[in-house]
Amino acid sequence: MNGKYSFSNPTNKSVFREGMKDGFPIGMGYFAVAFSLCIIVNNAGLTPFQGFLSSILCKASAGQYAGYTVIINNEPYIEMVIMMLVINARYLLMGCAESNRLAPDIPWLMRLFMADMVTDEIFAVTMSRPGFLNPYYTFGVGLVAGPLWAVGTALGAMVGNLMPANIVSAFSVALYGMFLAVIITPAGKDKIIACVVGISFIASYLCSVLPVISQISEGMRIIILTIIIAGIAAILYPVPIEEDEA
Amino acid sequence: MNEKYIYIFVMWAATYFVRVLPFTLLRKPIKNQFFQSFLHYVPYVTLAVMTFPAIIKGTQSIYSGSLAFVVGIILSLKGFSLFNVAIACCVSVFILEMFI
Repeated sequence: MNGKYSFSNPTNKSVFREGMKDGFPIGMGYFAVAFSLCIIVNNAGLTPFQGFLSSILCKASAGQYAGYTVIINNEPYIEMVIMMLVINARYLLMGCAESNRLAPDIPWLMRLFMADMVTDEIFAVTMSRPGFLNPYYTFGVGLVAGPLWAVGTALGAMVGNLMPANIVSAFSVALYGMFLAVIITPAGKDKIIACVVGISFIASYLCSVLPVISQISEGMRIIILTIIIAGIAAILYPVPIEEDEA
Repeated sequence: MNEKYIYIFVMWAATYFVRVLPFTLLRKPIKNQFFQSFLHYVPYVTLAVMTFPAIIKGTQSIYSGSLAFVVGIILSLKGFSLFNVAIACCVSVFILEMFI
């Protein structure tokens, strides 16, 4: 590894520290969301350590939630693969945007670590910096935010087992509340997104009650509905192409 | 027990595959408008499908779950933060379930 990319380079050290500083507020948010995964992690029969492991490896809230439903229903591994490819497909675009802002001579090992740290929030702060990306910034963010995400999952899995039924019931909607905030807030400002969300709610409900379709596994229903509804929306209402945007 | 580790490994491998592609093989930007638009809509559909009807099925009563759903939508439209929306949903379930 050449000196320009070595950690002993003082610029890299200070950029790394900046990253860690920015990683902290992101990590606090992650901690809360990860904790609210407690019920689904318990339902999947995962130990706190397994919750920690899955979080430190995957770092993907919606992706992990979907993955845990695959585990709960004991569905085939191939379904897990398809599910992750569809739900996490947006990381492909984010990765392209980041990859285009890396200096061409960057070491391969750093590319591999940069890829590991593509999440919605880390992508946002990484791309907000000017010029060629310094990987040490992203590493700083990821090394703070990632472990907080994983520890939150593990703590949730521990505490989840001890909570009384009425608290579990109340807490079971926490994650859905966050999902609602993520999708409904932009839906209030954009009619197309509002329609997409509304149709998704209705289609999802129908698929859970209609004969035959409701026999399809929950994971497969999420995959099929995502491909069909997002596909139709993309044909009817294409979004303008942007160079650096996800 | 072992099976869970295999699931976790598969979950990680497929997720990392998506992340690492653009940093290694696919280093050119994806300019296909359909693909970009599709990815723009994916999170909205996925999260909506995962949220409903699951939100009303996880609670002890279908009414408390429905209340949380409505409260979540109204507060999100009013621009409350992610964290506050989540807390309000939990509190509304907790309170309603004390009466039913």
